[in-house]
Amino acid sequence: MQLARVIGEVVAPIKDANLTGTTLLILQPLSTTGEPTGRTLVALDSVGAGVGENVFFVRGREAAFPFYPAEPPTDAAVIGIVDHWDLS
Amino acid sequence: MQLAKVVGTVVSTRKNGKLEGAKLLLVQPMTPSGEARGTALLTIDSVGAGIGETVLVVIEGKAAGDALGKKAAAVDAAIIGIVDEIDYRGDL
Repeated sequence: MQLARVIGEVVAPIKDANLTGTTLLILQPLSTTGEPTGRTLVALDSVGAGVGENVFFVRGREAAFPFYPAEPPTDAAVIGIVDHWDLS
Repeated sequence: MQLAKVVGTVVSTRKNGKLEGAKLLLVQPMTPSGEARGTALLTIDSVGAGIGETVLVVIEGKAAGDALGKKAAAVDAAIIGIVDEIDYRGDL
């Protein structure tokens, strides 16, 4: 998983039928110090996250699991909203 | 698997149900000689690791789900061991 900030939303009325009703969020991955790192990506939301929130997301086949029994064709999903994180 | 150092903890109240009770640790992947490599990852801890410790991390969904002990869990990385010692021969 990785930390990220929700920096936008994507509206796509025409999409795969298994994506119906899902929210597509634009994520900016974050470093441990909260700085943007790496490329932005689009992920399915599974926890009700909104723009401006810090979240964590999962990549790969497992990104579809929160939506079981639906099997949306996705490679990334937001699975938690971060309250805070602490570094050593 | 990959070597990493635990660098932080993450608190999340609102998360996927399969992650209830799971400990979330930030780890920095490292080379066998101890230098940081690549981007930090958020992992599920299944062995009781703590900040500052060197750990073994799996970065693959099925293995991470097995470490969590739950089927079809939305996880892709888990700490599966705490490293005591690395005997690395960089000259070989």
